[in-house]
Amino acid sequence: MRQQAKNHPGGGKMMSRYSVFSLIRNAMDYHEGWSRVWRSPEPQPSYDVIIIGGGGHGLAAAYYLAKEHGITNTVVIEKSWLGGGNTGRNTGIIRSNYLADESAAIYEKSLQLYEGLSQELNYNVMLSQRGVLNLAHNLHDLRELSRRVGAIRLNGIDSEILDTAQVQAMVPALNCSPTARYPVLGASLQRRGGVARHDAVAWGFARAADARGVDIIQQCEVTGIIRDGDAVTGVETTRGVIKAPKVAIVTAGHTSHVAAMAGLRLPIESHPLQALVSEPVKPVLDTVVMSGSVHVYVSQSDRGEIVMGAGLDHFTSYAQRSSLQEVEHMMASLLQLFPTFSRLRMMRQWAGIVDTCPDASPILSTTPVRGLYVDGGWGTGGFKATPGSGWALAHTIAEDRAHAINEAFSLDRFTTGALIDEHGAAAVAH
Amino acid sequence: MLLIPCPWCGERDEDEFTYGGEAHIARPASPDALTDAEWADYLFMRKNTKGLFQERWMHAHGCRRWFNMVRDTVTHEITAVYRMGGKPPERTDS
Ligand SMILES: Cc1cc2nc3c(=O)[nH]c(=O)nc-3n(C[C@H](O)[C@H](O)[C@H](O)COP(=O)(O)OP(=O)(O)OC[C@H]3O[C@@H](n4cnc5c(N)ncnc54)[C@H](O)[C@@H]3O)c2cc1C
Ligand SMILES: [Zn+2]
Repeated sequence: MRQQAKNHPGGGKMMSRYSVFSLIRNAMDYHEGWSRVWRSPEPQPSYDVIIIGGGGHGLAAAYYLAKEHGITNTVVIEKSWLGGGNTGRNTGIIRSNYLADESAAIYEKSLQLYEGLSQELNYNVMLSQRGVLNLAHNLHDLRELSRRVGAIRLNGIDSEILDTAQVQAMVPALNCSPTARYPVLGASLQRRGGVARHDAVAWGFARAADARGVDIIQQCEVTGIIRDGDAVTGVETTRGVIKAPKVAIVTAGHTSHVAAMAGLRLPIESHPLQALVSEPVKPVLDTVVMSGSVHVYVSQSDRGEIVMGAGLDHFTSYAQRSSLQEVEHMMASLLQLFPTFSRLRMMRQWAGIVDTCPDASPILSTTPVRGLYVDGGWGTGGFKATPGSGWALAHTIAEDRAHAINEAFSLDRFTTGALIDEHGAAAVAH
Repeated sequence: MLLIPCPWCGERDEDEFTYGGEAHIARPASPDALTDAEWADYLFMRKNTKGLFQERWMHAHGCRRWFNMVRDTVTHEITAVYRMGGKPPERTDS
């Protein structure tokens, strides 16, 4: 029945593979022959699995459900456009140097999936493992980073400590003078860390999921979750009722809001997090520099823009709006670290709504409602987790129980007290 | 940036305030009598309302007093401020 819906409008049943040959072939037609990257099907009345939220995590879950578990009768419902939430608003930093064993396991799984992702999806996610530095500005920072590096290495994850001279050699533009406002006493470095193109991660997963038969419905908002007793049976949307015995909430900043539709209370608060980019300049920074104690994280995009992330607004909000004081605060610190950046003009600033948990760790879990799953609470740092989270959520949905890798990230931990405290997550929010 | 009307000092810049989160969460009278789930609900579970929200603020760089405020978390419009222990005005969604 659904076979028909899976056909591409272009006629071919399979998506066309991207390669140098397809590029040449299409060049001969003046690039007018490229087919759409994914279909825009009409929603069916029912599916095996509904995924609410077409960000990276939701799309990845749909992809891994099809690939790893053979479940293709899935719909991803997105109220806006794909990746228009935090997936398209983050600063793209990827790393796995987390302190707690539980976090290390899932973020490292994710980094490993990232390392093969462009090949696997046949879509260039522009992963650039240019290294991620976390700066130490005082003795305490340095001791804390050293302790973390030790713990991280015990988990088999690459991590090392650099002294001031090594940091200066790696980042010539950084002010490492001993009289600086924030002297650089050293740094931790994860060489396998880096950045990826955020939009491409969403688009790559969408294209690959679509090719395996997943329906992706955009401009369709979930307005209610339908329950029969203690089990979920479907959702109400702005385009009608859609039924399914399994529903996953993967809506980041809106996690509490959507979970409340099923009568669930969550330990999550939503806050704006901001970023901004400068005008493009010549290459000046070829790694990622983060500083936890002055709250700065900065890198240079392939287009030459300096990409900077600021802190969380302290109040809860659903307005995706930037606020001046956080930007000012971040800029003041950044200019102490990189005095030459004072002459840069800023081009754009924006905010995303991030879902924060009391222990700064995510919830990737079954719920008291049968067939209902939650993947949220990734807060300020879930882009790096996109493939790993989708992979683990797919397992949780397919098997109706957590994989060993996400068992600890249960909703239950707030009752049992087994919290995973990542407030110092490698000394900064990301 | 918010312009917050402190009930004692009048309108001041948001930077002068610290945020106290959801208002009217009463500490259970006898915590010993609670189940783990009830205790978790008190400690961790939050409304995180999208819309009109009752919350606490403190005028840290001013009179240093706590107060309640009703703010729309989508538009940031502030619709009421009232003192600690006071009752929220009518017509707030949460
Ligand atoms: C400024 C900023 C910088 C960041 N920097 C980093 C970083 O450097 N590294 C890092 O690892 N992480 C970073 N993050 C965090 C990261 O962006 C997120 O944790 C991650 O992208 C979350 O992905 P997601 O797919 O869960 O959420 P999203 O991409 O937000 O997707 C959720 C989707 O659900 C949709 N939705 C919501 N409600 C409904 C509904 N009712 N019906 C249908 N659809 C709905 C939304 O429209 C949205 O598209 C940053 C975040 C921000 C805001
Ligand atoms: Zn005051």
